[in-house]
Amino acid sequence: MNSHGKVIKFGDNIDTDLIIAARYLSTADPNQLAQHLMEDLDAGISKNIEKGDIFVAGKNFGCGSSREHAPIAIKGAGISCVIAENFARIFYRNAFNIGLPIIESAEASMDIKDGDEITIDYETGEIENNTTGKKYKGEAYPSFIRRIIESGGLVGYVKSGGAE
Amino acid sequence: MGMTMTQKIMAAHVGKESVTAGDFIEANLDMVLGNDITAPPAIIEFEKMGGKRVFDKNKVALVPDHFAPNKDIKAAQQCKIMREFAHGQDITNYFEIGEMGIEHALLPEKGIVVAGDVIIGADSHTCTYGALGAFSTGVGSTDMAAGMVTGKAWFKVPSAISFVLYNKPQEWVTGKDIILHIIGMIGVDGARYKSMEYSGEGVGHLCMDDRFTMANMAIEAGAKNGIFPVDHLTEDYLKEHGKREWSSYSPDEDADYDQVIEIDLSQIRPTVSFPHSPDNTYKIDDIAKISIDQVVIGSCTNGRIEDMRIAARVLKGRKVAKGIRTIIFPATQSIYLQAIKEGLIEIFIEAGAIVSTPTCGPCLGGHMGILAEGEKAVSTTNRNFVGRMGHHTSEVYLASPAVAAASAVSGFIENPENLEVM
Ligand code: SF4
Repeated sequence: MNSHGKVIKFGDNIDTDLIIAARYLSTADPNQLAQHLMEDLDAGISKNIEKGDIFVAGKNFGCGSSREHAPIAIKGAGISCVIAENFARIFYRNAFNIGLPIIESAEASMDIKDGDEITIDYETGEIENNTTGKKYKGEAYPSFIRRIIESGGLVGYVKSGGAE
Repeated sequence: MGMTMTQKIMAAHVGKESVTAGDFIEANLDMVLGNDITAPPAIIEFEKMGGKRVFDKNKVALVPDHFAPNKDIKAAQQCKIMREFAHGQDITNYFEIGEMGIEHALLPEKGIVVAGDVIIGADSHTCTYGALGAFSTGVGSTDMAAGMVTGKAWFKVPSAISFVLYNKPQEWVTGKDIILHIIGMIGVDGARYKSMEYSGEGVGHLCMDDRFTMANMAIEAGAKNGIFPVDHLTEDYLKEHGKREWSSYSPDEDADYDQVIEIDLSQIRPTVSFPHSPDNTYKIDDIAKISIDQVVIGSCTNGRIEDMRIAARVLKGRKVAKGIRTIIFPATQSIYLQAIKEGLIEIFIEAGAIVSTPTCGPCLGGHMGILAEGEKAVSTTNRNFVGRMGHHTSEVYLASPAVAAASAVSGFIENPENLEVM
């Protein structure tokens, strides 16, 4: 499985209120949420996203509230993956649980620029910058997380009987 | 190697002698919590998982508090989904308007979370119950759904930072100032993935409401949980409120901590977090005159009875400055009632503040006090992110109830010590 797309770059500590403001939380519909993605940061952003685009951010991406609406809005907007130096812990859980791929890589987070075209290979965890030709190694998923991913998220994991 | 307090609670909930930081475990849950924003998507996931009945109707808590009383039609629909699920599943701990409150003030008060528990909640401030000596942490809606089906949740066992508190805080310094000081020191990701474990004789100087405030904001330092030792104050609280048996755990003598930070509580000053990050802290003494438009006193961080008492102490016999909108919202119905009995509500209204029914309301920019373009608020809540309380150019300054009340009187961010000598 691969992702390929144009990079939209963010800084450190992008919080869940920025990703999707609380005033839109009276729905959990991915398409409705996607229209307001990152609105307080850049009002035009949701119109400029093309399916498959990739977010690259600094550290502590997704800090703040537990709202699953945040990864849902990102996924709903067509973003194929989020790369960050690291993620806030609830966001990290939620992304896997709802099936939004995320990768931790300090090097990629620092080096990749807004507008670069990149390709991600999920089998090897390798990130290739097609614009510059550089390659980066992403953090591999722990085996427990891989089992959740292989079940298609937490819903599938529980349905298939979980750990038992 | 010895275990931290959190690790001991986790081990007990997987039926193991010991667990080590980094282990993945599936722990048995004592309580699964959701609210009107997070429960509706969890209910959809619950059904997708093939869930028929919740694992234990006494171990699920559903609280309409964020956009309740229903702020608009969409919010009403969300609350309805949760209410119907609660009734259909015969959930014991569903709290309708009239018995409700902000979830993190309500659950300890109702005695349904106790020391030694493992609790997940689809709300990031679920970490609040660490004040009781429980392991509790925020998760997403899908985790909540899995918890309701299986009674279990997966965790990566966290390492911990030990905070050793000593000495007595100054007169106007409360739990809020201490936690803001700590977040300012270690940063919003300073405890990412970790436990914040408190100990030391200084803990004895902190009332339960101070501890709830401090455990509540562990998430603002990126932590998985914040946790306090169980002492005689905790036991008194549990005896008064607790509905179940509790267990008290303490860390091993040789527990392994990533870091040990000693904090002299007597040196902490009233502290304010400037926009737009909780770690952007300043001592009250270093703040220039900043005029404000609104003051908010309440929330799961500072809407408890001690918070109401402190605010009333400052506001008694004084008036809110002309043009300053002051909104006070007690966190639960019983706190509200207690405040009425003690005459605090009268003090607030005579001072020119308004008092709201328990709700999350303005804390998350929901309703009851949204900020317009460029407006500034001093708030006792826990987050001052861009757009948190309204327009994306508005600003939120986080502070204690004492500083917030003093600011309401002066019309700018004010040190409560200055009012005393008036
Ligand atoms: S009061 Fe604020 S922080 Fe607390 S649960 Fe409600 S919205 Fe969340």
